[in-house]
Amino acid sequence: MTSTATRPDPRPEAEPDAKPPLALGDRVFKALSVGSGALIMVALAGVFIFLALEGYPGLSVDEDFYNPATTFLGYAGPLLFGTVLAAVIALVIAVPFAIGIALFISHYAPRRLAVPVAYLIDLLAAVPSVVFGLWGGRELAQHIGGASVWLEEHLGFIPLFAGPAAKSGSTMLTAAVVLAIMILPITTAICREVFAQTPRLHEEAALALGATRWEMIRTAVFPYARSGMVSAVMLGLGRALGETMAVAMILSASPVVTLNIISGQSPATIASNIASNYKEASPDGQAVLIATGLVLFAFTFGVNFLARYLAGRGQRRMAR
Amino acid sequence: MTALDTRPERPETRLSKPRLPQWAPLLVLAVAAALGALAWLIGANTALSVLVAVVAYLVVMPVWSGVVESRRAAIDRLATGLVWSAFLVALVPLVWLIVTVVSNGISTINPEFLTYDMRGVLGNEQGGLYHALIGTLLITGLAALISVPVGILAAVYLVEYGAKSRMARILTFLVDVMTGIPSIVAGLFALSLFVLIFGPAVRLGFGGSVALSLLMIPTVVRSTEEMLRLVPDDLREASYALGVPKWRTILKVVVPTCVGGIVTGVVLAISRVIGETAPLLVVAGFTSSVNMNPFDGRMMTLPVFIYTQYTASTAQGLSYAWGGALVLIVIVMALNIVARIIGKIFAPKTGR
Repeated sequence: MTSTATRPDPRPEAEPDAKPPLALGDRVFKALSVGSGALIMVALAGVFIFLALEGYPGLSVDEDFYNPATTFLGYAGPLLFGTVLAAVIALVIAVPFAIGIALFISHYAPRRLAVPVAYLIDLLAAVPSVVFGLWGGRELAQHIGGASVWLEEHLGFIPLFAGPAAKSGSTMLTAAVVLAIMILPITTAICREVFAQTPRLHEEAALALGATRWEMIRTAVFPYARSGMVSAVMLGLGRALGETMAVAMILSASPVVTLNIISGQSPATIASNIASNYKEASPDGQAVLIATGLVLFAFTFGVNFLARYLAGRGQRRMAR
Repeated sequence: MTALDTRPERPETRLSKPRLPQWAPLLVLAVAAALGALAWLIGANTALSVLVAVVAYLVVMPVWSGVVESRRAAIDRLATGLVWSAFLVALVPLVWLIVTVVSNGISTINPEFLTYDMRGVLGNEQGGLYHALIGTLLITGLAALISVPVGILAAVYLVEYGAKSRMARILTFLVDVMTGIPSIVAGLFALSLFVLIFGPAVRLGFGGSVALSLLMIPTVVRSTEEMLRLVPDDLREASYALGVPKWRTILKVVVPTCVGGIVTGVVLAISRVIGETAPLLVVAGFTSSVNMNPFDGRMMTLPVFIYTQYTASTAQGLSYAWGGALVLIVIVMALNIVARIIGKIFAPKTGR
């Protein structure tokens, strides 16, 4: 293979059980790669430690910084609510589409169409979030604003659409729709993978018993893919929780707690609040923002942790 | 099915229920499209007309199928219709976004826009994004310089050295979890780090690189790991059998075999982080002039340029934001295409 191939082993008499001492190159290279692995772990721990160090003073600064609330909890509470609300609405919109598209790619599309479609959906993931924000804020918002007026008139009895509708469309609904588009690729990609892993024999057995294609999917594909689908949804949730720019550029935020998603008064999310208030923050204000960032990190870390754990458990169960 | 239908009719021996002909979905689709067109002619807007057509298809097809075939077939046809429309609807935002960005941005792009910075630009004077372009290239380049070696070596550890050890399993899991770190948290991390070292008012381009590498490393590790696992063990064993030490085997046999895949993964990872805004906004700050030194002072980047122009909300600011968005999208798409081409060229090397 290479010139080294001709070099004979200098230690032919070594005992078969004893490990031969590693060559210098081997030791250096192994140390480097182990070091890189360790560095990644250290970095992750570092995120926690540095955010905690810098954010801790933010828990108890002067009351003015928590305006209009007076404590850190009062300040972070509405933000956390806004974060979760936006993410959950985005999920409600995105998940049915993601499952539909994943099924389309794995089971419905003609073979020649499936690959380009998967590529197109991945392309959606490549669009930078700031461009999504620009498009959502200037283009989509106007259309959603028009639709919100209709929603208020006809579905106003649902608390979500209580109004008064903001014609500008700088609302939670617009932000959630953009978030939904942004989490579509990852959710679709993972669903697609688990759907495609369904054992061929399960599917053919279902079809042989006379199931229609939809019945085959319901009885063979979905049960097999359940844990994978759950983890796909959770990963989408994680993305939606942490998305910053799109929300910051669309939402006109105010510190309220409301389910009303079409009015001009909607709570900011943690991430968008950090991005839009960062410029003018003093060191103390900066500490408060970093502390909210720590809350966000802990929250998304938990969600992602759970998602990966569920996915891993599902894989082990299926492997048996 | 059609072959059966041409035989003389003998109902008593029919084994299957009657089925709709193969062209039935197409016929219903045509009818639904006609209904949508009618709605459009009456005066409904485009979105509403398309909605009418989709709903018409989703109602007519199952009902027809339910009458002729069976309830189960009707549900199956409904599901097929829903899956197809999910796919078609999902294409709308992609096409819409690209059309909007191109049509709004194209008029802003000219040689001055690409080569001027915004230093001292007042009112409607011509400015540009040169400083942002430089910043983006420097910061992303440095981030790649940090994350590529670390990511690839960590993947080598996972595949070649760690193999099933406890640390390797924990590392795999942490890397997975790390892919979900919100970008703004990465920015805050880099900021906290440099604030602790240099004091609270610090803003520097290198901080942006650190934040971006935190986002980039997991992607590089994952893609490299996958590629390394594709290399057949036979190759490694053949090399060991010839007495080649492990590190040379990795460098001369394993990595060259899958170098195309690794490069593809790296380029895709770069295209992911090049559009990140939030972390750079927080640690690299913004400025209107060119800064060539990432270790000192604020540094503008393309995404932050778009954001600041957007928040300025003047007519010129908006057109600059669209122009910047077009430039950014072109860069990202070009990186994606380059990655695919590299992947295509080197793909057969795995020998499978």
